[in-house]
Amino acid sequence: MQYPRQQTTEQPIQEKSYLSNFSTKLSPFLVANTGTLVFLFIWWLVTALGIIQAVLLPTPIATFSSLWAGITSGDLLLDFWLTLYRTLYAFVIASILGIPLGLLLGANEKLYKSFEFLIDFFRSTPATAMFPLFLVVFGIGDFSKVAVAAFAGALVVFFNVAYGVMNTRKTRIMAAKVMGVPKWRVFVDVIFFETLPQTFIGLRTAVSLTLVVIIVAEMFVGSTNGMGQRIIDAQQVFDMPGMYASIIATGVMGYGLNQFFLLTENKFIHWKGQ
Amino acid sequence: MVSKLGVDIEVTGLTKYLGEKVLYENFDLKIARGKITCIFGPNGCGKSTLLNMMAGLLTPDAGQMRFGTEVRSSGRTKTIQKKGQKSSTNNSRNESPVKIGYVFQNYRDALFPWLRAAENIEYPLLSAGLSRLQRKARVETLIHQFDVGFDLSRYPYELSGGQQQLVSIMRALSTQPNILFLDEPFSALDYEATLAIRDKLQEVFTATGVTIVMISHDLEEAVYLADHILLLTKRPTRLAERVVFEAQRPRTLKTLSEPAFVSTKAHSLEVFRREAS
Ligand SMILES: Nc1ncnc2c1ncn2[C@@H]1O[C@H](COP(=O)(O)OP(=O)(O)OP(=O)(O)O)[C@@H](O)[C@H]1O
Ligand SMILES: [Mg+2]
Repeated sequence: MQYPRQQTTEQPIQEKSYLSNFSTKLSPFLVANTGTLVFLFIWWLVTALGIIQAVLLPTPIATFSSLWAGITSGDLLLDFWLTLYRTLYAFVIASILGIPLGLLLGANEKLYKSFEFLIDFFRSTPATAMFPLFLVVFGIGDFSKVAVAAFAGALVVFFNVAYGVMNTRKTRIMAAKVMGVPKWRVFVDVIFFETLPQTFIGLRTAVSLTLVVIIVAEMFVGSTNGMGQRIIDAQQVFDMPGMYASIIATGVMGYGLNQFFLLTENKFIHWKGQ
Repeated sequence: MVSKLGVDIEVTGLTKYLGEKVLYENFDLKIARGKITCIFGPNGCGKSTLLNMMAGLLTPDAGQMRFGTEVRSSGRTKTIQKKGQKSSTNNSRNESPVKIGYVFQNYRDALFPWLRAAENIEYPLLSAGLSRLQRKARVETLIHQFDVGFDLSRYPYELSGGQQQLVSIMRALSTQPNILFLDEPFSALDYEATLAIRDKLQEVFTATGVTIVMISHDLEEAVYLADHILLLTKRPTRLAERVVFEAQRPRTLKTLSEPAFVSTKAHSLEVFRREAS
């Protein structure tokens, strides 16, 4: 009875050491990016074998050299910065509007209830449906695009902050109250911090959303620059490598923004999930 | 001079409804100054509600509460006028209000996880207007009093449950309150941590003479710590009996086998069985 049992306990140990050998042989970079490399390889394979026509999908090499050309000539970089600038501009407005409003309405449940329908309605309305309205109000200039994006972002920030405030655990607020801490300090020292994790979720969602709205606005609302306009322009003249290069650059922007917020969040809200 | 800190509490005509149902009706209670009073009663009889009303976190539907010379009724606070004293505004400025410390059952939800343990303990002193140096000194005193052996520069979530609850108690005591309320402070802790913190609490009590009111769901623990055990009935809640247990302090594990302890516990259990069913 004992002999076979010993055998079974030895097997997993062998497997484990084999696995750890395997993973130490590969650098951590390769482990984390195997999927990406496989994807790039398939892309290359598909274009090299001519399975998909070059008018639809250029080779990775053509795409990345177009990206490189765009960067070195500086015109892609200019569009990149313009889009980033508009996105961040909209995001900052969204935060400045959304956070205080969220705190205010979250803390006054009656006030929130009276606005609940309106909030839900506008949250469910696609922001892009507002373009014509904002064009009328703010004119055809740059700011109307930023304003629509800011509007959409502010709603997301506002909703998340208000939700966070309304769902704060009552114990910490009670703890502060019983210490005789004045009401405004309870708000600043406790409720604000309690809400931070939810606020960050709102901010992260908002920055992604403002980017989407800005790109769409640049594509279709009479723009002469920006990544959205660049993508559409490349498509119009069938510059496929250029189009793909611009899409990748936009993706890099979105990914970068998201990573930036995740990193800040993890550093700043160290107690999250504890 | 020992019980210079603690004040007595008197609750009169307390009434509290929960929707349609009566929780307390015309409820009277006296809590002696500088003693440990344990509250024991059936589940849901309103022990936490009572403590929260006394701490000013919940408003009663009617009734009056007095803490030392300070009277609170329906949210208002005033100090009892003594003859020969001037206007009440003058008076209340001179006399510092009664300070209350509160320890919650769930330390995880009660400590501030964005502050380090030491900052948590200092926090009540911040709004009391103490300088940085004074706050540091106070924390040092508490560290000595509680003989803290772990690093208070850690965040609460980096500490064990027992350590976190100890930090909670230190935070509650940092302002040198006149009254310390504890709502089942040990129920989320393991046995070892409970024993250790229980005895530290007793030590600090002996040293400071703060009035302690503690809810316990463990009769042995209640009798072990208490001078007075308040046995409550099921709803509508009344005071079934006030049991007095006057064994010497510090009480130790030996106390648990003394005849006086055994008979007090047995008597309390009998009253509880009768009133809770
Ligand atoms: N927010 C609330 N709304 C309505 N009823 C409540 C609320 N909170 C508590 N109750 C009820 O009030 C009664 C007293 O609650 P309380 O928490 O004071 O009891 P307790 O004696 O502390 O109970 P336990 O031993 O479980 O801690 C319970 O019956 C509970 O169901
Ligand atoms: Mg309770």
